[in-house]
Amino acid sequence: MSMSAAPSPARPEKPRVGLFVTCLVDLMRPSVGFAAVKLLENAGCVVHAPVQTCCGQPAYNSGDRGTTRDLAMQMIEAFQGYDYVVAPSGSCAGMIKAHYPELFEEDPNWRARADVLAAKTYELTSFLVDVLGITKVNATFDGAVTYHDSCSGLRELKVKTQPRRLLASVEGLTLVEMQDSDVCCGFGGTFAVKYSDISGAIVEAKAKNIEDSHAPTILAGDLGCLMNMAGKLSRDGRPIQVRHVAEVLAGMTDEPPIGAAKANAIK
Amino acid sequence: MTVHSTSPQFKQNAARALNDSQLQKALGNVKQGFIDKRQMAADKLPEFEALRDSARDIKNHTLEHLDLYLEAYEEKVKASGGHVHFARDAAEARDIILKICRETGAKTVTKGKSMISEEIGINHHLEANGITPVETDLGEYIIQLRNELPSHIIAPAVHLNATQVEEDFRRVHTHLDAKRDLSEPVQLLTEARAVLRERFLAADVGITGANFLVAETGTSIIVTNEGNGDLTQILPKTHIVLASIEKLVPTLEDVSQLLRVLARSATGQELSVYTTFSTGPRRSTDADGPENYHVVILDNGRSSMLGTAFEEMLRCIRCGACMNHCPVYHAVGGHAYGWVYPGPMGAVLTPSLIGVDKAGHLPNASTFCGRCESVCPVRIPLPKLMRHWREREFERHLTPATVRSGLQLWGFFAKRPDLYRFATRAAMGVLGFAGRQRGRFSWLPMAKGWTQYRDFPAPQGETFQQRWKRERNGRAA
Repeated sequence: MSMSAAPSPARPEKPRVGLFVTCLVDLMRPSVGFAAVKLLENAGCVVHAPVQTCCGQPAYNSGDRGTTRDLAMQMIEAFQGYDYVVAPSGSCAGMIKAHYPELFEEDPNWRARADVLAAKTYELTSFLVDVLGITKVNATFDGAVTYHDSCSGLRELKVKTQPRRLLASVEGLTLVEMQDSDVCCGFGGTFAVKYSDISGAIVEAKAKNIEDSHAPTILAGDLGCLMNMAGKLSRDGRPIQVRHVAEVLAGMTDEPPIGAAKANAIK
Repeated sequence: MTVHSTSPQFKQNAARALNDSQLQKALGNVKQGFIDKRQMAADKLPEFEALRDSARDIKNHTLEHLDLYLEAYEEKVKASGGHVHFARDAAEARDIILKICRETGAKTVTKGKSMISEEIGINHHLEANGITPVETDLGEYIIQLRNELPSHIIAPAVHLNATQVEEDFRRVHTHLDAKRDLSEPVQLLTEARAVLRERFLAADVGITGANFLVAETGTSIIVTNEGNGDLTQILPKTHIVLASIEKLVPTLEDVSQLLRVLARSATGQELSVYTTFSTGPRRSTDADGPENYHVVILDNGRSSMLGTAFEEMLRCIRCGACMNHCPVYHAVGGHAYGWVYPGPMGAVLTPSLIGVDKAGHLPNASTFCGRCESVCPVRIPLPKLMRHWREREFERHLTPATVRSGLQLWGFFAKRPDLYRFATRAAMGVLGFAGRQRGRFSWLPMAKGWTQYRDFPAPQGETFQQRWKRERNGRAA
């Protein structure tokens, strides 16, 4: 997918952004959604969050094209009116950008609508950097962090430098790269449950790399991966904090880290 | 019928592999070696990405006109004095090879590395008919001693450690001094070389695979690093090339392009140590070479992939980069896949060749991380093709009933946003309340797959949409 083809030459002064929070953020960690809202509003966007459920990826990756198409059409209807669609997830943005068009290969009308939506959909950090040209955020975070590149964002949307660039502007924050930051954490959606033995082994290797980086905090841009890594780290008693990158970039780290008890919350 | 498959037991195979400490130790080498070497080789060649495009295009063109190139190739082989045999399936290929061996009165057959020979199970067939096959690639030789299938398409014994090989050599090479020192890998290599040298000289027939069959010239090409392929095809009186239909390439120029991506993708070499061309039997002016030259070309289900979504899989040039970069392969190794071809390429190819009813697990056992596609030298969209298999399984009701009904229930809510918001608000409220102290669950009903290996982080309680409506009422679109 070309990133440069999407924005129209005449970018609106105050772009109207439809925020697709993604089903996981909606249900599990709304604070990530509000961090995204803050980042987008600080960048001059008008943020809307239309009624939404899921992009359909679980059905798509399970081979259920019918349900996937139904959910894709629901998404297109809900989000077509905005200048941009932004999601705090490379996986869900990638679903819309890279896969929606191919769902409607035999339906020119819906294909055209899917193409339009795909062209204006972005992962959060890539939208801020690549489309809005943001290079700095106004946030502080004390300490070292390491960053996990979630697979779909990295390989489908080429999200790699954007979150790092923004993190570099966070006051007090040092980014320490771990070994194999671009290797899968073993989540893979339903894979984590269907092939739990294998998923468990893959996330074990990831947890070791995180620990070996000696950073007390691990960040990533996809909540699925984050829940997987957080669940493994806490199961093994590794005292490492896990957060979505948007929380740190927005300076909204009052909520306890993912999978952590309220008492351990870092203020 | 082809080689027996344990693909239906993939989950059990995987569980066993994960608990096999020897295997886990050996798999560590795959993770480290291949990946860095490929990356360095690719970085050193500025046109590497363009070469991948060109490799893809060459293979696509060939597949579009495969019938013509097969015919042209056959003509050229005949003109050079060789014979071409087309085998519809594994049984036909076995019969053809056995017949050639019998006609030459063969007692022993040496073999270069060939995945097709694994696919048709030729070794067992020859043995059952009183002919001794001898694998001459070191890795293949080792797994032949162990009566195993290769666990990797270019490194067949990558699942083993040196100490295991030492045990095998002591068990089989009983004519050698029992007190000999085999503690160093080079000593194992020297011993294998000495044992195999006698076999090369005694063999009546040599069987090799082919990396490419060149239509323009009737040439078959193998790439090797040990030189065993050369001795296999030059010393015996009869040389049999065993290859599948998609190995065809139009011209030598095309081959030179494909060779530039093959070794780099596989081992990070610019070229393999040996790139061996063979065209027909020995000519009167040749110093050496076989008297008889046969090519057996196997279909075994491939032609029915042409014109379907899976045609793209036939571009594969068997470099192994996909499995070298696969987190699932790294975790369980090649044998867990249960048939001849492991890793992502096997997850797509195996269902085509033995049926998705048997190999259904393979395309499902992927996180779709996409690393395989990102390194494939002929740009096969492996995750997309695995997803196609999942779609066929879903259509044919091969998807497990629990997954199916779970999906149906989830889909029912996801398609009804108002009901969805109501139901999720209630569910997250309960879960958030229950998990408010610890922030996570070590156990949840019906979530054993998750909680067996990791905790389940507790939700914050309120959903985003609930809070958005509360805080920004009237502004929500």
